Amino acid sequence: MVARYLEERGIPTLCLGSAHDILLAGQAPRSVFLDYPLGHSCGKPFNEVNQYDVLTKALEIFEAADKPGHIEVLELDWGSEDWKIQASSTAASDTRQPRDTSPQFQYPEDRDAAIESGAVKA
Amino acid sequence: MYVNYMKTIKERYLKLGYQPYRWFHAGEDPAPFTPLYKKIEECRLGLLSTSGAYSLGQSAYHYKDDSSLRSIEKNCSTEDIRFSHITENYLENPRKDPNCILPLGQLLRMEKEGKIGELADQVFSCMGGIYSQRKVLEDIAPNVYSRFLSQEVDVALLVPM
Repeated sequence: MVARYLEERGIPTLCLGSAHDILLAGQAPRSVFLDYPLGHSCGKPFNEVNQYDVLTKALEIFEAADKPGHIEVLELDWGSEDWKIQASSTAASDTRQPRDTSPQFQYPEDRDAAIESGAVKA
Repeated sequence: MYVNYMKTIKERYLKLGYQPYRWFHAGEDPAPFTPLYKKIEECRLGLLSTSGAYSLGQSAYHYKDDSSLRSIEKNCSTEDIRFSHITENYLENPRKDPNCILPLGQLLRMEKEGKIGELADQVFSCMGGIYSQRKVLEDIAPNVYSRFLSQEVDVALLVPM
């Protein structure tokens, strides 16, 4: 939605994502799909070579893309496909966090830092 | 075979008795398209991640349709990058190495090597798990657009999660 909004107003965009069906539904102007588990659209953790490769390939596609709505698939392998079993399981329990309006800090100390900077009221 | 996230998550929620999450469907509406007028190596690149990234000292996101935006300095140490997202289970690795989903390390290297003109001084993040499409269209999209305009970016990389 945001990509389309920006593009309509003259900013070329590229979406780099790891959920093929969601990219397909959203029909962004330019999309690159990387078949990695969600959370890794920019590469494998602590693997600079792989991360750099993903971004380099994505930006090459950015420049070359000329078919609006087309999804280009990166030919990169996560390795094992075991993660897909869990990601496709409908039996899993609810993985969402409770929905309320309190900020959900990663670490308790983050709250202190945010209070200190004035971003959050004590 | 690619994972069908929409079908899987819809079925999970149904079993739990929740309202289905409504993803955006563009339908038959053709994608808009603005051609690039420069080579990528001459472009100032803007970055938006929907992973719920924030930097130390900023507020985290809340999980009830939080449509706020964080502006993170491009030279922010990865040790000071944090994440909060309604589906925290996808954050295990990004919390160890933010470059998995917020590609600061890669883009700074490309800037240094002249593969991109430059990365805009600040990158943006929001929390992508929002149930209200109206909020995305009326809050997030215009906000991101005006930030990118003031940064005078030539192109924008969006990394949805």
